[in-house]
Amino acid sequence: MDFFLQLLINGLCIGFLYGISAMGFVMIFKSSSVLNFAHGELLAFGAFIFLALITWLKLPVLPAFLLTLAGCFGLGFLIERVFLRPLIGEPLIFVIMLTVGLASMFKGMMLLVWGGNLQTYPDFLPAVMGLRIGPVDVPPVYAAALVIGVGFLLLFGLFFKYSSQGIFMRSVADNQKAALSLGVHVQRVFALSWAIAALVAGMSGIVLGIINGINVHDLSAIGLKVFPVVILGGLDSIGGAIVGGILIGLLETFTGGYLSPSLRDVVPYIVLVFILMVKPYGLFGLAEIERV
Amino acid sequence: MRLFRFHPCGNFKEGYAEDLTVFETDFGRFSMVIGLACLAVLPFLSSPYLLYVINSIGIAAIAVVGLNILIGFTGQISLGHGAFFGVGAYAAAILATSAGVPFLLAVPAAAVITALVGLVFGIPSGRLKGLYLTIATLAGQFIIEYILIHWEGLTRGTMGITLPAPSLFGWKLTGDRTFYFIILASLSGLLWIAVNLMRTRFGRAFIAIRDNDRAAEGMGIPIFRYKLLSFAISSFYAGFAGALWAFYMVSVTTEPFNLGLSVEYIAMVIIGGLGSVSGAVFGAVFITLLNEGLRWLTDNLINLGFISQSGINIAPLREFAFGLAIVLFILFEPRGLAEMWRIVRSSFRLWPFSY
Repeated sequence: MDFFLQLLINGLCIGFLYGISAMGFVMIFKSSSVLNFAHGELLAFGAFIFLALITWLKLPVLPAFLLTLAGCFGLGFLIERVFLRPLIGEPLIFVIMLTVGLASMFKGMMLLVWGGNLQTYPDFLPAVMGLRIGPVDVPPVYAAALVIGVGFLLLFGLFFKYSSQGIFMRSVADNQKAALSLGVHVQRVFALSWAIAALVAGMSGIVLGIINGINVHDLSAIGLKVFPVVILGGLDSIGGAIVGGILIGLLETFTGGYLSPSLRDVVPYIVLVFILMVKPYGLFGLAEIERV
Repeated sequence: MRLFRFHPCGNFKEGYAEDLTVFETDFGRFSMVIGLACLAVLPFLSSPYLLYVINSIGIAAIAVVGLNILIGFTGQISLGHGAFFGVGAYAAAILATSAGVPFLLAVPAAAVITALVGLVFGIPSGRLKGLYLTIATLAGQFIIEYILIHWEGLTRGTMGITLPAPSLFGWKLTGDRTFYFIILASLSGLLWIAVNLMRTRFGRAFIAIRDNDRAAEGMGIPIFRYKLLSFAISSFYAGFAGALWAFYMVSVTTEPFNLGLSVEYIAMVIIGGLGSVSGAVFGAVFITLLNEGLRWLTDNLINLGFISQSGINIAPLREFAFGLAIVLFILFEPRGLAEMWRIVRSSFRLWPFSY
């Protein structure tokens, strides 16, 4: 029973991290229907900027965190402006391969600057934040991740519900042409959604970096783990990303614990194929209606 | 009498047959013969390293021609072609070692096995399209990779398999030069098949599905069957290339067949030109030369004093340049090298009145 509980809590923690990693991905897809293969690199970018700010510039944690978020915001804006805007209306394969190319570029750059070794942040979280659920210890980082994740979820929930920009973004996601004809600045919405998505990705990257250490290869691999998560949760639902993340996290830890550790990494993809075969738009995804 | 007439300046085709011809004038046929003759002499002039590079280009070109049938002609994006290539390599290795199948039979058999595997992983295309299908093929890539690594009874896991030296009619086939001719013959044959396939009913059905699959279905094309066929054909090419690669490299391990290889193949398709058979060859040449050139560059740069002293590892520069090439092509010439080649040719043809 203890083993089960340990797996359950581990799964929830990992799944929650997957969920917040997938949030940024969903945000981009929702507004501009771009499948972002560079998401893992965006996570890594955030983690490395934070690392540079607190180890090279020796900034305190909070300003470093805010500066990182600002940097990611700028980067997301720039990516949309320079690379993706010329591709609006182009076939899917070009958009996908552009993000693949960007991923490769970012990865190369980060490897050039920071190398491929595992790096860690200096310890800065207070130990008080550690939790004990029954016989299982939850380390402080997970608690911090939970706080940050729920905080961002609430913030974005409010942003999308009440702010004018948030409403514009939802309208573009709902129907691009209708939004355009009602005077929504669709291009600005695209840019903004990339910027916000990069910001969320940077935040998730920092959290992941605190927990697992920072390594370009690991973080970009998480960018691929996002796909089963979003298919499970629905490609266009931010809350669904969290649910999907938790489900995938539980699936992984239970497979790893009870069946075999090597099956752990591939089981999300097997589940993904079966889900897609039964429900072609994912579990919570919206069916597209096509006309010739 | 069409013999050695020049290209006309406009489009004066009067029938479907004229539209479908491969060579519009005999200059094309003539230059192809000249080109093949040059290629036949080439291995006697080049160094072993250059020959190795050319052989890699040839093998990649076979796989990419197949992938272009799937992506460029049928419009189904597959992120699993690196894994299919691996299936071909392993099928050939297992056939040649455990079953003792001779080289001449092992390669096509491996290609057929890969085509069957591709058929299975193409089944999702019946219900999925666009990015959902892309994600499903991504899952296929990971699943095949897992099977290759963990089905140890068949693939010997991470140990890899060493192949016996192939022989053809009692001839031992070893060395770069012999393989050059095998690869050249295979590539020419498969190119010929691909070019002609696209002129038949099947090719037209593929293109109709790419342009609008609902409309194609409305016109009576059984789209699921044709999509599966396209998956099978393109995996056949990938498997053929993989099998040749396995015999050429002598030993197979699981490492090369990762997502990176799939991405590299799609990059070749895009940089070469979507929906163009010759473009696939251009793309394979470009990416392989880029890889080798950058390897040479980084090897030389590392020996420079100030770089080795500063301790910077510049190997990732290759990854960066690869990504940059993809991005630049998509932004500035999305139709790839085939389109550039067409522009160059037509500017000669239309000179001096290019408008």
